[in-house]
This record gives sequence, C-alpha cells and structure tokens, in this order.
Amino acid sequence: MVATVSDLTPREQASEVLLKVENVELRFGGVRALHDVGFEIRKGQIFSIIGPNGAGKSSMLNCINGFYHPTSGTLTYKGQPRKHMRPYVTASQGIARTFQNIALFKGMSTLDNIMTGRHLKTKASLLENAFWFGRARREELEHRRFCEEIIDFLNLQHVRKTPVGTLPYGLQKRVELGRALAAEPELLLLDEPMAGMNLEEKQDMARFILDVNDEYGTTICLIEHDIGVVMDLSDRIVVLDHGEKIGEGTPREVSNDPKVIEAYLGVQEQESA
Amino acid sequence: MIYRESGQFKKTYQADQAILPLRQDRIFLILVLLVAFLVVPFTASNYVMNSLLLPFLIYSLAAIGLNILVGYCGQISLGTGGFMAVGAFAAWNLAIRTELPMPVIFVLAGLITSGAGVLFGLPALRIKGFYLAVTTLAAQFFLVWLLQRPWFNNYSASGVISAPDFHMFGWSIETVTDRYYLSLIILVVMALLAKNLVRSATGRKWMAIRDMDVAAEIIGIRPMPTKLKAFAVSSFFIGIAGVLWAFLYLGQLEADAFNIYTSFDVLFMVIIGGLGSILGCFLGAAFVVLVPIFLNIIPSALGLPLSTAMISYIEVFIFGSLIIFFLIVEPHGMARLWSIAKQKLRLWPFPY
Repeated sequence: MVATVSDLTPREQASEVLLKVENVELRFGGVRALHDVGFEIRKGQIFSIIGPNGAGKSSMLNCINGFYHPTSGTLTYKGQPRKHMRPYVTASQGIARTFQNIALFKGMSTLDNIMTGRHLKTKASLLENAFWFGRARREELEHRRFCEEIIDFLNLQHVRKTPVGTLPYGLQKRVELGRALAAEPELLLLDEPMAGMNLEEKQDMARFILDVNDEYGTTICLIEHDIGVVMDLSDRIVVLDHGEKIGEGTPREVSNDPKVIEAYLGVQEQESA
Repeated sequence: MIYRESGQFKKTYQADQAILPLRQDRIFLILVLLVAFLVVPFTASNYVMNSLLLPFLIYSLAAIGLNILVGYCGQISLGTGGFMAVGAFAAWNLAIRTELPMPVIFVLAGLITSGAGVLFGLPALRIKGFYLAVTTLAAQFFLVWLLQRPWFNNYSASGVISAPDFHMFGWSIETVTDRYYLSLIILVVMALLAKNLVRSATGRKWMAIRDMDVAAEIIGIRPMPTKLKAFAVSSFFIGIAGVLWAFLYLGQLEADAFNIYTSFDVLFMVIIGGLGSILGCFLGAAFVVLVPIFLNIIPSALGLPLSTAMISYIEVFIFGSLIIFFLIVEPHGMARLWSIAKQKLRLWPFPY
C-alpha cells in the first residue's frame, strides 16, 4: 500500500524526496523485525513512524542510520542508493539522531557534549590541537559560537558547564537534541524524544521540534508513542505493526484508518446480535 | 571567601575557554612554577632532588601519558613499563648508533614508542575492558623480553648499560640540578600540550569514545583512528618518560627496571590522582613517591623498631587499602577532592 503521488498534498509534491525506503526486510535469525516496508521522506517534512511496542520502529531508524543493515531492500538517500554503511558514514552525509534511552557522554559537560556534536565540522589536526594554534584555535571559537546559539535556542544556559550525568531526565533529552543539532543535519531521527516526560516538558520539546523544522529547515523523522503529539506535529505518518506497514498518510487519514485502529485497540467485536 | 570568582566576568569565549579561567588559579600556578624553577634547585638537598623530585617529575609525565589513554579515552593499559622501556632503549640505541642531536633523539624515541603503542593498541578495536588489560599485560612482558635481546644493549656482557653523557643546545647535563631542570622543563611543556589536547576537539573525541562509543559513532566519530590516536599520544608521553627515567634518574639501562611493578605504580597514580584529570597525575605521582618515604620515616620517628622487610610489607598494605578506599569513596581521585576543597573555600569561613 505504498502511497501514490495523488495522495500527497501539493506542498509535499513540490519538495523532493530525501530518503526513500523500498521493500526493506530485516531479520535476526528466525525473527523478522521488518518485512516489506517502504515509504518516502520528503525534504522539510516532519515524518512520524508510529506503531505498538515491538512493531519495528526503532529497527527502522537503526537501518536508516547504519546500525543495522537491511537483509534485503534498498534505502535511497539523496538519490544515492546505499546498502552497507557504518553509522559514522551516515553521520557524515547529514543524518543525526537521538536515542530512546539517552546516549549522552555522561562525564562531559553540556557544552562539551554539544561541541562534540560539531565533530564533523572540525578539521584541526592532532598537532594543531596540542599546540593550540592555527585552525585549532579558530575552530574552537567558531564552534563555541555556534553551540552557544543552540544552547540559547534550547534554553540550556544555566547548565552549560554541568556534567550531563547529573542533569534531570528532561534536560538530558534536550542536551541530546542539542548535540544532534550541532551537526547541522539534513535528516534528524528522533527516537521517542518525549518518552517519560511530563506535559510541560512535552510541550517544550514539541515546540523545539517545530522550531528546528521551521528555522533550520531540517527534515525530521520521529518515533513517538504519544499519539496526540504525533497527530499535531506530523506532516505524514507511517504505521508499523509486527514489522509490516499497515498504513500511511496524513494524520487525519491515519487516525480514520480501520487497520490502524485495529492494531492499536484490537479487533472490534461484532456487536449486532 | 578566599577562593571565589565573583567579580571576574568573562567577556569573550576565548577568556572562558582559557585553561585557568580563575585569577586565583593562575596566581597559584605561577607561584608553583616560580618555586619549582627558582627556589627548589637552590634549597633542596641532593638527596631530595635525586630520590624525591626526579622520580616525581618523571612519574608525573608517565602518569599524564597513561591518563590520556585510561582516563580520557577509557582504554585500560597495563603495559606502561614496557612502553617506558621501549622509549629508553630507542633513545639509547639512537644515541650510540647515530650522530643525531639529543632533542631529536628524544622526539624520535617518543615516536618509536608511539609506534609500539599503536601496534599493541590494535586489539582495542575489537576488545574492551578486562580483555584489553590482559592484552596490554602481554605487551608488558613481551616488550621487556624483547629488549633483553643482546642487539638492544649492543652485546653488553652484563645486560646493564650506562646512559650516555649528553648535552642539549650546548647545555651539558651533569649535575643533579641540571637533570632536575631538564625533567622539569620537559614536564611543563608536555603537560601543557596534554592539557591543550584534552580540552580540544581531540580530547572531546576521546571522552566521547570513553563515555559511550555507540553514540560517538552516531555523531561521526570513527572509533578506530580515535582510539589509535589515544594509544599513540599516550605512548609518546610514556616513551619520553622512559627516556628520562633511564637517562636522568637511574643513569643506566636495564629492561628489567621497567617491570610490571612500574606499570602498576603508574596505574595507581592515575587512579589515586584522578582519572581524566591532568592535575590528578601530579597529585597521584606525588602520593606514590612520597608515601613510601613517610612510611619509612614515621616508625623510626615514633621509636618503633620495625625491620626494613616489615616496613615494605606495611607499605604494600597501606597502598592497597588506599586504592580500595579511593575506588569506593572517590573514584575521581585526589583531583576531585581538590576541586571539592576549592568549592568549600568559596564560602569559608562563613556557613553560606
């Protein structure tokens, strides 16, 4: 049930495809995590992947950023089909991500974490760094300026020099978003950015996601369990269940899709007697 | 009250990124350096310089090297002694077989040790933690064995060879004061380089690998070159420390002098001093050098008739217990205690 072009809104038709996923199959031995999944993420979109637990959402993200290699099927990123790719290579192509259970560098400060996110933009060599001259000095200042913008954007000023291991959960999630943004990604993968947050934190995070999409024009691929948030934020949603795609479309289309309702709420009993 | 940053505003990022952003710290460091360069050489006795200060300086350098690897990059190593031996023997062989000037020999010896470090660091790309520790342990024994082959000591009959007399930039290193100054200068310069490295993008890459290698890879850090760089830089420092140890402290070379106990000593310094802290290397080295001497002095001062053998056992006991204490109570070592003390000093003597 791959979406045909007629399903797309005019705005979507105007923008080009950033990532195209076709017939992706992922197996771990006998376990089939993904089966025949296909969708397209267009530039500038907020694209959501939803589904019940164990539906294969995180596996899909892992395939996109190179942690897993699909057993079969193709991923086409910026028009280039790719098969086997290490995460650091996908990172260099402009794919950044955050994790479901936070993966920050716990011993480092907020600022250092975000500065580390600038890694791909640094060119200074080991010797330049050791002697603190030339590019090392210049880049350190440039990146600091850039990272301070992110810190301002995400309201992290008060914890700039705090080791992130000691920060509360909500802030850690924000720092992780900051680290991903520091790489100036074209495609940002967010794996449950709001899991375990209270309402206020969720509102903040939703605002950040919209702002990132709006101001930096970053394409966002989002996994989230809070259906309310997903429906509000997304331009397009794909629904997975048991590793298979069971629905795709705009939030309105998806929420009225009987298959989706069935996956989430179970099969409706015939009530007429 | 004494130690507070109020009123010191930073107006540029450059000022904020300085190694010592606080005025008090800068003054303290300048005082320490003045004392080390101008006071100590003229007041300390030969004994103090030879058996306290020289080992302290050289061990500090080795500890910085090991801390880069263990504390910053999270790759454990038990091969420090072996790498120090590589540095020492590389320098000695270069000195007797070539006509190169001494500073060049020092750097080359460091680079050769880097090579050895990278070679034995290769398994780190596949294995972590205890398994890596065992691999580096093998490096320790293998390197010491290898350097006992006759070629390396130029077929000397006893296997013990004396370090060459040498001079640098027209300054011949003869007296203990000369040796002290040379070690001090090398240590200060290299400590500065190490500090620059760990606060730069390179250091952040190492720490990223240490804290979470999966996430590091996600943001584009390639694990292999990053780890190998840590091994190379760490071994460079340790190699230079090995040269100083043989040429300036022992005055002779013997592969056995760089045995597994040297490796342990340096590792203890790093753990006690503080993993991931350059200051900690100095504190740890001071601790490891000074404690045995205090333990020697205290019983006789108290009039306890302890035999030398007994004292050396007590020394091992106390050392072991202190390491356990630090691992449990303060895994970040004495450097952490130091920063806690500084925090307290901000308010002292007022309660708040």
